[in-house]
Order: sequence, then C-alpha cells, then structure tokens
Amino acid sequence: MYSYLKIDHVDKSFFRGAQSTEVLKDITLGIAQGEYVSIIGHSGCGKSTLLNIVAGLVSVTSGGILLEDREVNAPGPDRAVVFQNHSLLPWLTVYDNVRLAVDKVFSSTKSRTERHDWTMHNLDLVQMGHAKDKRPAEISGGMKQRVGIARALAMEPKVLLLDEPFGALDALTRAHLQDSVMAIHQKLGNTVLMITHDVDEAVLLSDRIVMMTNGPSARIGEVLEVPLARPRKRLELSTNATYLKCRQRVLEFLYERQRFVEAA
Amino acid sequence: MSLTALKSEPTVVLPNARAAAVLQLPAAKPSPARSRIVPMLTAAAARTLPPLITAVLLLAVWELLCSQPGATLPSPSKIWSEANDLILDPFFVHGSQDIGLGWRVLVSLERVAIGYGFAAVIGIILGTIVGQSVWAMRGLDPIFQVLRTISPLAWLPISLAAFRDSQPSAIFVIFITSVWPIIINTAVGIRNIPQDYRNVAAVLRLNHLEFFWKIMIPSAAPYIFTGLRIGIGLSWLAIVAAEMLTGGVGIGFFIWDAWNSSRLSDIVVALAYIGGIGFLLDRLVAMLANVVTRGTAAN
Repeated sequence: MYSYLKIDHVDKSFFRGAQSTEVLKDITLGIAQGEYVSIIGHSGCGKSTLLNIVAGLVSVTSGGILLEDREVNAPGPDRAVVFQNHSLLPWLTVYDNVRLAVDKVFSSTKSRTERHDWTMHNLDLVQMGHAKDKRPAEISGGMKQRVGIARALAMEPKVLLLDEPFGALDALTRAHLQDSVMAIHQKLGNTVLMITHDVDEAVLLSDRIVMMTNGPSARIGEVLEVPLARPRKRLELSTNATYLKCRQRVLEFLYERQRFVEAA
Repeated sequence: MSLTALKSEPTVVLPNARAAAVLQLPAAKPSPARSRIVPMLTAAAARTLPPLITAVLLLAVWELLCSQPGATLPSPSKIWSEANDLILDPFFVHGSQDIGLGWRVLVSLERVAIGYGFAAVIGIILGTIVGQSVWAMRGLDPIFQVLRTISPLAWLPISLAAFRDSQPSAIFVIFITSVWPIIINTAVGIRNIPQDYRNVAAVLRLNHLEFFWKIMIPSAAPYIFTGLRIGIGLSWLAIVAAEMLTGGVGIGFFIWDAWNSSRLSDIVVALAYIGGIGFLLDRLVAMLANVVTRGTAAN
C-alpha cells in the first residue's frame, strides 16, 4: 500500500549524560492521503514525542519520516501542528496570529489582498471571523483552539498534526469542536494525525486508531480500523453496534492489556 | 441545636427583606455627564490628596525644625526668599554660568539620553545574545555579574583617561551604569520565551530576523522594560554624581558649585528638581512599557 506519510522504523531515546531512556521502539506506520488517524495511549507512552518527531520538532534516534516519499527531518508548514495549549501569540490579534502564518507561507505565491482573503477564509472556516480583532486573552479556551486550527489550516499543510487538541477543553466545548473538525475534514479532505487519550474522540473522528503500549520503549500495540461511514453523527453513533464494538476494542486494549501503571 | 438555628433563620430574614423592599426609594437618575465626572474627580482626589497632605505636613515639620536660631539647614521659607528666582523661572539666562535650573536639567538630560540610548540598544543586543546562547551566557554572564557591582563613579577616572574630555566621560558613566540591568533582564526574558512560541516559529520556519522581531522582542518585552526602567533610574542617579566631578553645565555641577559658594537654598531647590525629573523619567518609561507590552502579559 502506498503511504502518503510514512513513519519508518522510528526509534527514539533520550540521553541524559550516560543514562539513556528509550521512549519509542520500532514505530512503523503508513497513512494514506485524506486519512484521519488517531494515536491513543496512556500518558507518558511517548505519543506526543511521536507527533513531535513527525512535526520535525524532535529528531529521531534511528529510522525516519517520509512525506510523499521524501524524508522530512525539520519542522515546516507542510506539517502544521495544532498544539494542545493553542500556542497563540498573546501580543497579536486573532487575525494577526493567522496572518503571520499566511504571510510566511504564501509570501511569494499570494498577493496582499489574496493573503487577507485567505486569512479571513480560514477564520470563517472555524467560525472565528467575528473575533478577528480580539487578542487571545480576550477569547475562551475553545475559541483559542479554533484559531489554532485556523492557523494550521491556513498553511495548507500536507498533513495536519493535532496534539491532544481538545484535551484542555470542557466536555461541551470539546464535542462542539470535534464536530467542527469532522466537518472541516469532510470538506477539505486533510490528512490528519491526532494524538488523544479520549476513547470516544478517537472512535468518533478516526478512520484508524493506533494504540500504543506503555512506555518506556513504547511500540504500536494494535491498529484498529473504524469502518463507520461519514459523515458521522454523534447522537446516532451512541447506539451504533460498530461504534460500540470499536470503542470496546480500544477500551479493552487500554484497560486490560495495557493497564496503566503509575510511575512504573 | 443546629436544626433549630436553621429553622429560625428564615423567620428572621423575611421581615427584614420586606422592610427593605418598602424602604426602597425611586432614586433620582443623575445626568450621564455628572455620573461620570463625579467619580472621576473622587478618584483623582483620592490619588492626589494623600501625597499632598503628606508633603504639607513634612514641610511644616521641616519649617519648625529649621527656623530655630542656630539651625544648620535652611527652612522652606528661607529657601523661598533666597532662591525664588530658581523656583519660579527655570529658564532664565543671566550670563553664561547664571542660567535657570531648567536649562541645566536639559543639559543633564541630553547626556542621559545619549548614554542611556546607547545602553538600551547595546544592552538589548547583548542581553539577546546572552539569553539565546548557552555558551555566550557561560562566557559573559560571570563577567557581567562582576562588572555590574562597580560603582558608577569608579568608572569615571578610567573614562576620563580614555576619552580625555568630560562630556564623553559623563556619557560613558551613564552608559556603563544603566547597561547592566538592561542586559540581565533582557537575557532572562529571552531565556523565558515559552517553548510553544519557539515551536510555532519552527513550524512556520521563521528566519532569525523574523524570529527576533516577531517572537523574541514581543515575548521578552515585559522583562526588557523592567531592565529599561531600572536603567533609567540608575542613569539619573549617576549623572548627578558624574557631573559633580566633571564640571560643565549640568544639574550635578550646579549643586557642587552651590556648595562651594555656600548657597544651601539653591541646593535644596536643585534636589527637588532632580527628584521631580527622576520621577517623570520613571513614569515615562513605565508608560511606554504599558503601551508596548499591551497584551503580552497574561495568556
């Protein structure tokens, strides 16, 4: 199978003086174009490290990341990240936060007015056009995350990387934002790699769920296909047999086979 | 016991509430202009009256203490009668050395502006280097920590020897006094740039210059302005001392000159000027900081 994004035999160890800790061991994963893949695992299993490796923010110890058959080992706008804590620049307005990315990525390919329109288009896509002149401190957590998503989308990335994007939000806001992300994925057909520790979120959003074993030396324990048709409706799924079965599988993996041992 | 207390509570509260409802009067609506001006005046008075009262009290005590025969220092009333030309007209010119304190302050301020300007630019650049590079920090920081403890006046002979002129020497003393807090605070600010912002910059592939202007400076701005504010205070402290030794026209030399000709009242007036200007300089930088760092602080 051709993989648009390929994580190829990635090992990652952290060195501290003579001591080394192996965080990830032999991770291999292929993601097709337009696919939505979630990585789920207990905290500390190295799933965020894996995402940072794909983003290029952390270097591999061995192995590599291939995007369209070309190795990528430095960060770039082709793999835009939505950070868990939004990471908006507080001194810039909502508009300027997105515009910064647009100006950087499209400095030579789009004119001034085109860049403005593209910025507004992406803000409208996440329904944040109305707050374009607000600063991050003046909007709610969910809104900040929307702007973070708009900033990432505005880079027209080949792969969208979501690092527990809804983790810091309350349940209602989270559901709302998940629906937005589903709608956007439906509309734009982005290739998405998402880190999560929420089973329902993983099943609801993903085409495939990658379950990671506990660290240290975390590996891919199991990969689950979610054969649910899109568009998916949250309410209808809550009684859907396939949905419940998938959910059951992930829960079993996390709570029976990979029971989380605190500070093992 | 607690049960009875709970039960009795509503019976006590209810009549009160009813009474309050009856007593409520339709309040006359104040005009919008008046409702805005009155609280503003009250707030202004609350801020200005206490220091004014304190100042008047201090002056009264001073007058009491220094109006006795044999007092070594002049009383406020004596200062007023001896030096009211200095107080009332800061900008008179009666001769090359007989000029108002306003002119002298301006000369001092010019030196401060040049020295402090250099200190701000070089301090921010050096601070950025020290904050950004671990090796620059290891190499430079210990030296800065030693150099910054040297008194401004101790630099004066060295700078006089180097520049062979009082004007650049005074400016150098200003520079060397105010540059350290700017360097150190800038370095701390740069070192404290959250990793998140660095990640954003990395994903966007900002180059060094863009990173400096778009991430580093805004993110470190609150720290930089703390350094700038300490720096302006220190340089105003240093200029007076430096001018006492280098001579010329500034406010520091005026004090020294007045001391040599036993014009104590003039010295007191000059002190008031120095204090006032120092306060204004501090406010000015603080105001600038407020404008520039708007929105940088909380997240």
